[in-house]
Amino acid sequence: MKVLVPVKRVIDYNVKVRVKSDQSGVDLANVKMSMNPFDEISVEEAVRLKEKGAVEEIVVVSIGPQQAQETLRTALAMGADRGILIKTDDNVEPLAVAKILEKVIGEEGPELVILGKQAIDDDSNQTGQMLAALLGWPQGTFASEVVLEDGKINVTREIDGGLQTLSLQTPAIVTTDLRLNEPRYASLPNIMKAKKKPIDEKAPGDYGVDTAARLSVVKVTEPPVREAGEKVEDVAELVTKLKAKGAI
Amino acid sequence: MAVLVIADHDNATLTDATHKTVTAAKAFGGDIDVLVAGKGAGDVAAAAAKIDGVRKVLHADGDAYEKQLAEAMEALIVPLMDGYDALFSPATTMGKNVTPRIAAKLDVMQISDITGIEGTDTFERPIYAGNAIMTVKSADAKKVVTVRGTAFDAAGEGGSASVETIDAPAGPFKAAFVEEKIVQSDRPELTSAKTIVSGGRALGSKEEFDRLMIPLADKLGAGIGASRAAVDAGYAPNDYQVGQTGKIVAPELYIAIGISGAIQHLAGMKDSKIIVAINKDEEAPIFQVADYGLVADLFSAVPELTEAV
Repeated sequence: MKVLVPVKRVIDYNVKVRVKSDQSGVDLANVKMSMNPFDEISVEEAVRLKEKGAVEEIVVVSIGPQQAQETLRTALAMGADRGILIKTDDNVEPLAVAKILEKVIGEEGPELVILGKQAIDDDSNQTGQMLAALLGWPQGTFASEVVLEDGKINVTREIDGGLQTLSLQTPAIVTTDLRLNEPRYASLPNIMKAKKKPIDEKAPGDYGVDTAARLSVVKVTEPPVREAGEKVEDVAELVTKLKAKGAI
Repeated sequence: MAVLVIADHDNATLTDATHKTVTAAKAFGGDIDVLVAGKGAGDVAAAAAKIDGVRKVLHADGDAYEKQLAEAMEALIVPLMDGYDALFSPATTMGKNVTPRIAAKLDVMQISDITGIEGTDTFERPIYAGNAIMTVKSADAKKVVTVRGTAFDAAGEGGSASVETIDAPAGPFKAAFVEEKIVQSDRPELTSAKTIVSGGRALGSKEEFDRLMIPLADKLGAGIGASRAAVDAGYAPNDYQVGQTGKIVAPELYIAIGISGAIQHLAGMKDSKIIVAINKDEEAPIFQVADYGLVADLFSAVPELTEAV
C-alpha cells in the first residue's frame, strides 16, 4: 500500500504568538517554525505502518514557501520515502489545499492519505474532510487507532463522550488526533540519509488549481486580556468569596 | 434569506450545542430551519421544533443516520442547500466531522469555530488556539460555518415549528459503523457543565487524581477536567482534556488544581466566568488568569475545600 501524508509548516508549538500592531495578522518574522504537531503524528503513523510491513511507500507533500522543504526533510528523516514541495508564498486556504491534494492523489494513486486533524495556526480542521468529499472517499477523522485488516481500514475516533470505531473501504482518508501515537525524534544517521531522499518541486499552477483566497482578513486582534484577580490566604477565605459571588 | 442548522443529538436528546447554534443563526439573520438526521429520533425532532425562532424542522430517518456518519450526511445535506443561503453546525465532533465535506461539495471555504458575527459575510473566529482573534469576510455566495458553543447563549424554548419528514439517501456508503464506547457518567458533560474541577500533573498519579478530584466534583455537582499533562501521564482519560487540543469550556466556575497553566490549557478555559487556581508554585502562569488564587499544597487544600463546600 502507498500512503500519502500532507505536512504543513507552522509556528512552533511553544512560541507565544504576537499580533501585529497594524492588525493585519500575527508576526511571523524571526519566529521558530516547525512541522504542525498533528502532521508529525500522521508521519509517525505512516512510518509505523511501513515498519509493520503494511505499507511500501510513504510520500510526503507540503504546500508552502521554499522553507517548507525543511518540513519535508524532517518527515523524510522520520522515515518517509520521498517528498513533493508545492511552492507558493501565498496563504493557501484549506479548500484550495484540498483541491491541490486531490490532483496530487490523482497522479500518485495512494490507497490511504493521513492528515493532521488541524493545523495549529489557523485551527480550521477542514482539509482532510474536504479532500475526502472531493475524492468521494470515506473518512475516519480524529483517529486514536488505525488498524489495516482484510482490505479495510478500521479507525477508532475520538468523539464527544468517548470513542467510535468505523470500518472504511479503501482508498480512504484518516485524520489524526493526539493520542494516536507519540512521534519519534529522527536520529542523526536518518537525518543524514534524508538529505539524499528526493523532493520534487512543483507549483499550484502545475495542478491547475486557483488558490485565490475566498476569505479576506478584516483584522487580527489580541484576545481580551483577563486580569489576574486576588490571592486568598486559605481555603476558608476562598469558600467565603465563592459563596459571596454565588459561585457555589 | 434562510439558514439550515444541523442538529447535534444522540437520537434521544438534543444537545445544548444545537440551541447555541440557533442563537448564532439568529444573529446571522433570516429564516431558520433545523435538520434532525437520525434513526428513530422523533423525540429529538419534536424538541427541535420547540426551540424559539425555528421556522421548520426537517426530519430525516434512516439506518445510515443513526451515527450521523459524514458520508451519509454529505449525501443528505448537499442537495438541501439549494434552498439555503447558509449552513450552521455546532462545532462538536459531529459538526467538525461532517461540515467541511458539505462545504467542499458546495465549493465554499468554511469558517470554523465562529465566536462572533458581524453581518451576513463577516465572522470572528479564534486562531492560534485563541491567542489571536481573526475577523474574516467571506466572498462565497453561500456561507458554511461551525459555531463555538461557548460564545453563544442557548436559544430558549417556546417555539412551535412544523416538522417535515424528508427522504434520506440510504447508501450504501463507504464507511460503516462498528462500535462505540461512550463513557457512562452521571456527571455533567464538560462543554455544558456549570462547574468544572480540573486536575493537573501535580496530582502525581491516577489514584491521587481520583481520590482528590472525585469527591470535590461530587460535592459541587461538577464535571471533571484535566490538563494535557495529566492526560499524557495517564492520570485521566483523554475526553477529560481541557485545552487547545482537547475541549474548549466556559463554565460559571472553573477550579484548576495543580495545573501550571500552559498556553495550550489556558486556551481551553480562559473564557470561564470565575477561575480558581490552587497551586503550590506561586509563579505558576495559571495565577495570571485566576480570579482567586490559593498558593497551597493541593493534597491538604483539596480535601479541606471538599469538606467546606
